[in-house]
Amino acid sequence: MPKLNLSEYDTKGYYDEMFDENNKVRPNYKLFSEQLEKLSHKKLQSLQHATDRAQLSLGMTFNVYNDNQGVERILHLDIIPRIIDNTEWTYLEKGLQQRIRALNLFIQDIYNDQKVFKDKIIPKELILSSVSYLKQLQGFTPPKDIWCHITGSDLIKGGDGQYYVLEDNLRCPSGVSYMLENREILKRTFPELFKKLEVKPVYNYTHILRDTLESLTDVEKPTVVVLTPGIYNSAYFEHSYLAQQMGAELVEGKDLVVKNDIVYMNTTRGLQRVDVIYRRVDDEFIDPRAFNKDSVLGTPGLFGAYLKKNVVLVNAPGTGVVDDKAVYAYIPRIIKYYLGEEMILPNVQTYICDEEADCKYVIENIHNLVVKQTDASGGYGMLIGPKSTKKEQEEFIAKIKHNPRNYIAQPMINLSRVPTLTEDTIEGRHVDLRPYALYGAGDSIKIIPGALTRVALKKGSIVVNSSQGGGSKDTWILNN
Amino acid sequence: MLGRVANTLHWMNRYLERAENYARFLDVNFNLSLELPPNEIQQWQPLVVITGDWDLYQKLNTVVEKNKVIYFLAFEEKNPNSIFSCIFRARENARAVRTEITKEVWEQINALYFLVKEGQEKENYDDENIRDFFNDIKKGCQLVYGMYNSTISRNEGYNFGRLGQVLERADKTSRVLDAKYHFLLSSPKSVGSSIDLIQWAALLKSVSAYDMYRKKYGKLSPSSIAEFLILDREFPRSILACLLSAEHSLIKLAVSTDKAENKAQTKLAALRSQLEESDINEIITKGMHEYLHEIQHNLNDISSAIFTVFFAVESNFPEVN
Repeated sequence: MPKLNLSEYDTKGYYDEMFDENNKVRPNYKLFSEQLEKLSHKKLQSLQHATDRAQLSLGMTFNVYNDNQGVERILHLDIIPRIIDNTEWTYLEKGLQQRIRALNLFIQDIYNDQKVFKDKIIPKELILSSVSYLKQLQGFTPPKDIWCHITGSDLIKGGDGQYYVLEDNLRCPSGVSYMLENREILKRTFPELFKKLEVKPVYNYTHILRDTLESLTDVEKPTVVVLTPGIYNSAYFEHSYLAQQMGAELVEGKDLVVKNDIVYMNTTRGLQRVDVIYRRVDDEFIDPRAFNKDSVLGTPGLFGAYLKKNVVLVNAPGTGVVDDKAVYAYIPRIIKYYLGEEMILPNVQTYICDEEADCKYVIENIHNLVVKQTDASGGYGMLIGPKSTKKEQEEFIAKIKHNPRNYIAQPMINLSRVPTLTEDTIEGRHVDLRPYALYGAGDSIKIIPGALTRVALKKGSIVVNSSQGGGSKDTWILNN
Repeated sequence: MLGRVANTLHWMNRYLERAENYARFLDVNFNLSLELPPNEIQQWQPLVVITGDWDLYQKLNTVVEKNKVIYFLAFEEKNPNSIFSCIFRARENARAVRTEITKEVWEQINALYFLVKEGQEKENYDDENIRDFFNDIKKGCQLVYGMYNSTISRNEGYNFGRLGQVLERADKTSRVLDAKYHFLLSSPKSVGSSIDLIQWAALLKSVSAYDMYRKKYGKLSPSSIAEFLILDREFPRSILACLLSAEHSLIKLAVSTDKAENKAQTKLAALRSQLEESDINEIITKGMHEYLHEIQHNLNDISSAIFTVFFAVESNFPEVN
């Protein structure tokens, strides 16, 4: 059986996580590549098939359609890991902690004193016009002063080898169950490697999550639940996985009842009080009485109970305002303002179409830029300038002119690549990185040493979203 | 435990039991048909009648044929009680109560689903393969029960599941006995013949009762078989044994949920003591069909009582501490 020939690997001029510009294996991948070279492509493919089967038998599937016999898919897990050394990781950790701490202070401020507006750091209108800004929360401080308990920021690495934060994801970031299960599967795929490499473990995520949730209330032995939209939600696997791993009850909106501003769940023994809700239902659906009247996913009165501080909601409602892509551009200034520090982990340079000079620049250079709708996610509502047609560019220019507030633009970044198994060889594929942070009482921000690496499986593609042909990789953080 | 979750566990177990019973019926009937004169209607129609879905069968099919009946009972998506539908729903239920069951149980139910889905996608079965399929389903279900028994705590969820399983089992035993008894006794020509013996043995085999029956009674006789399947206290698939087991779980639930003397319990106790006082000759004289029909009716009644007592949402529930 012919062994893999890594010297034939072509980085094609992109930043590659495994190979440097001279096609030498980087130190963090040294042991891994030695192992890889002992294997044939055929062997790798059989390992790959075993991981596909493992995912199916674990039930790590999501429904593509919402009907009964919808097509079930697995999120393809490529067996070649993303490996990050400890120095790089420590840097990411510091950068994320700084960012999350500042964002939390920012959210507290915009719902309370609004000093950030008075000091002209960010235009008041920009925030107040955001659909995710909840006016009902003005004057409200959440339990333990924490808004963003769970964060899953999207990071990318550019051609310069520098990490950038692409999005903060403060609403209900998903994917952490994939980080955990991917690891379990890869430990079976490469058992010897794990022994040799000293990869930092991620298994205690759910323990830390439970501790974080419990830290938010003063109730002794609180009742903690995970609120899911139900089994047809594409992230249901994750909701049930987290509930089960934490030993928490998995509830749907209809299992909860609110009486006198207190939340209960309907059990076989009667009503039982609920103290902390890790909700995986978006703000607008949690309570038909407060928000979307037609929501059947929520519980009437839940938001009222929250305002009375009789229950903790995680993440706090109203944090989504930071996910607005127009707010993103101001984050360097926000960090400086609240912490008096320079931003450690940089943003991607961002043009705000709502600002006249930026808007002009965007329209003139649209063929070189990535344009994004400020309130969209999942890879939708965007234009990738260099890969678009003249017609598509003109359509976007019209949209921008019609509602500049709704758009930002960024230079095209060449996402770094990681070798990925293909039909007949190994080729570079573009990746991003989503680490998970937990913010609990006592100003403790813990970043779990691991991440979900999303990979654009299609040759040449830079869209890593699972809805658009993306897959995942296990992410190994080395001890040394 | 959440009312919705308890209900889902109850039904998950019911569906699994139903799927396993269907696989049993089909397998035994298939085996039987090989040794009988080739009359497809007489051999296969009663099977659909037992399940209570004869009307639906007629809507979907114009003739009674072996392959059509097998498809209808094993794979038909439009039949809510086919093996495929039951296992699909058991898996959806399992998914919804993933936090209440163990990884082992979930993975086995999941594997069972892929087995039946693959079976459904297969266009043609030859006679050998279809029996392997039924066997795989039976074994697959029993593997779930085994894992269930060895990995799940004897908590509320377990008892709700157990209730679902044994109530379903009691129902299916009564139905298979009802149909076969009727069919066997209504063809007097064959009484005492070798075909007759094969039929009685098949009836026992379709509820896995053949070995235990032989051990207890030795000789095959219609009244002893009926007695064994209805009134035996020790055989786990007899109706009475199922009721005793259901009652055991229900009493535990009444205590743990603080709902002593609830109406599900009362109804179940009444049915159980009625069976305990029954005599098989009396049942036969008065009419087996009527007797079994009444049992089925009572079982339904008990199921709805369980629903109202434990699962239904009542806004005036008192708070528990």
